[in-house]
Amino acid sequence: MIAVPQARWSEPLGQALMLALAALVAALVALPVVALVLRVPPGALLAQLGTQGVQEALWLSLTTSVAAALVSLVIGLPMAHLLATRSFPGKRVLEILMDLPMVIPPTVAGFALLMAFGRAGLLGGSLTAFGISLPFTTAGVVLAQVFMAVPFFVGAARAGLSAVDPRYLDAAATLRAGEMHTFWRVRLPLALPSLVAGLAMAWARALGEFGATITFAGNLAGVTRTVPLDVYLLLHEDLEAAATLSLLLIVMAAVLLAAMRQAGLGLFAPPRAPRFAPPRAG
Amino acid sequence: MRFGTRSARPGPQAIVLAAALLAPIALASQQTLTVSAAASLTEAFDDFGRAFERAHPGVTVRLHYSGSQVLATQLEQGAKADVLATADQRWMHYARERALLAGDAVTFARNRLVVVIPRANPGFVEKLQDLARPGLKLVLAGAQVPAGGYSRESLRRLNGAPGFPASFDRQVLANLVSEEENVRAVVAKVRLREADAGIAYATDVGARDRAALTILEIPDPYNPIAEYPIAPVAGGQRALAAAFIGLVLSAEGQALLATRGFLPPVARP
Repeated sequence: MIAVPQARWSEPLGQALMLALAALVAALVALPVVALVLRVPPGALLAQLGTQGVQEALWLSLTTSVAAALVSLVIGLPMAHLLATRSFPGKRVLEILMDLPMVIPPTVAGFALLMAFGRAGLLGGSLTAFGISLPFTTAGVVLAQVFMAVPFFVGAARAGLSAVDPRYLDAAATLRAGEMHTFWRVRLPLALPSLVAGLAMAWARALGEFGATITFAGNLAGVTRTVPLDVYLLLHEDLEAAATLSLLLIVMAAVLLAAMRQAGLGLFAPPRAPRFAPPRAG
Repeated sequence: MRFGTRSARPGPQAIVLAAALLAPIALASQQTLTVSAAASLTEAFDDFGRAFERAHPGVTVRLHYSGSQVLATQLEQGAKADVLATADQRWMHYARERALLAGDAVTFARNRLVVVIPRANPGFVEKLQDLARPGLKLVLAGAQVPAGGYSRESLRRLNGAPGFPASFDRQVLANLVSEEENVRAVVAKVRLREADAGIAYATDVGARDRAALTILEIPDPYNPIAEYPIAPVAGGQRALAAAFIGLVLSAEGQALLATRGFLPPVARP
């Protein structure tokens, strides 16, 4: 049932309000980016890329974030499959758990990681016994990034895996394909775009990770000082350099988002219409 | 919900939005004094804030603590504050050079550096020389942070001191596992037993930390005593700022700083 408009005079007002607020949010996001671009002296990007500190930070950021994305893929895919295909007691709790890192403050995440994996943490003694120490190490950076990034992969992969048309799965079942076989040969290929989108988002989240890293892994050049940490440090040393490096991160993120759009993999893209209506009971 | 298909009369959301936009205006009628202070001043300035509010009804003191380098650069970028108190002269000088101050800076306290060690002493640090033992996990404040600058200066002064190698500072800095953004983060990493040792101010080891931390003194000639200047900030509320600075410099204020472990501004003969 469609409600009949009662007060027509308010229609233009509503339109104006909508456009004004939309302009406001666009300005809110665009202005800081523009301000940053204006702050960066021409040619500074290349000059900055030449400095040793920036190269170290950039290399560290790239290697750790790629590692974090790959770890997220390996450990996130089975979870995404479970959540997409099965119902079991405690699933709700598990779902909330998997979303949790997306909404808790990264500093809190870093502190919690210390409580768990730090030298004096829950698992600290066992890890030390194996000669493993995570805080203040590059591996600790990756762990912090995985913690923050894995929900993005699991969420996207799960959505993709559960959106696979059941007819294909039914067809596989009639051919007596087992669950694992169906997963690898049917579900995974069909959900591939979502997996790629999830992987890209996990990578981007890992690349931008700051709070959990600085809290859990510390801040040391070449070991744990990734680009976001370097930006933070440069804020108090060299504003032009900080702006340049910030711009670099923004450009990388924008290119990633543009590439995903181009490939039809928007993060929150509206679900595409099903190619044919799912069969309805009755 | 789609705009335009239904009545666009301002709904509850619009009222909440309007309230949220207007709230700061309503609150501004009460006076607020904003004090940006070095992280190591946290407890002492919390006390000053409470004392000031008691003495000035209707005034709320908002205290903002961070590394001095953060405070100074925030002011430079347009952050609002009425009073600035830093942990070294360098960042106060930085603020003065950029015309961020509304008056002269006065040194109101000094502070000693100490080495902090977890009570469990996982790195077996018994004397200053142990800081150079390879494999030790040492945490310092970053070189831009006043405490970080003082720490490095102290290590430099120990180079070639009796019982210390000439390259003592380089050996110690090779053990550095993290450069923290303020001195309190250094103490936190040591308290959490993640680091084997750190260098902080004597005043950073509060009553609650004493059970968890052991202190190693740094002898006087090698201890660059930290100086804390305070000044009113340009564009701030002059009268309130002056009153707050007056409180810090008063006999009562100086006594309070002494109970918190700070040294008086000028060495008494």
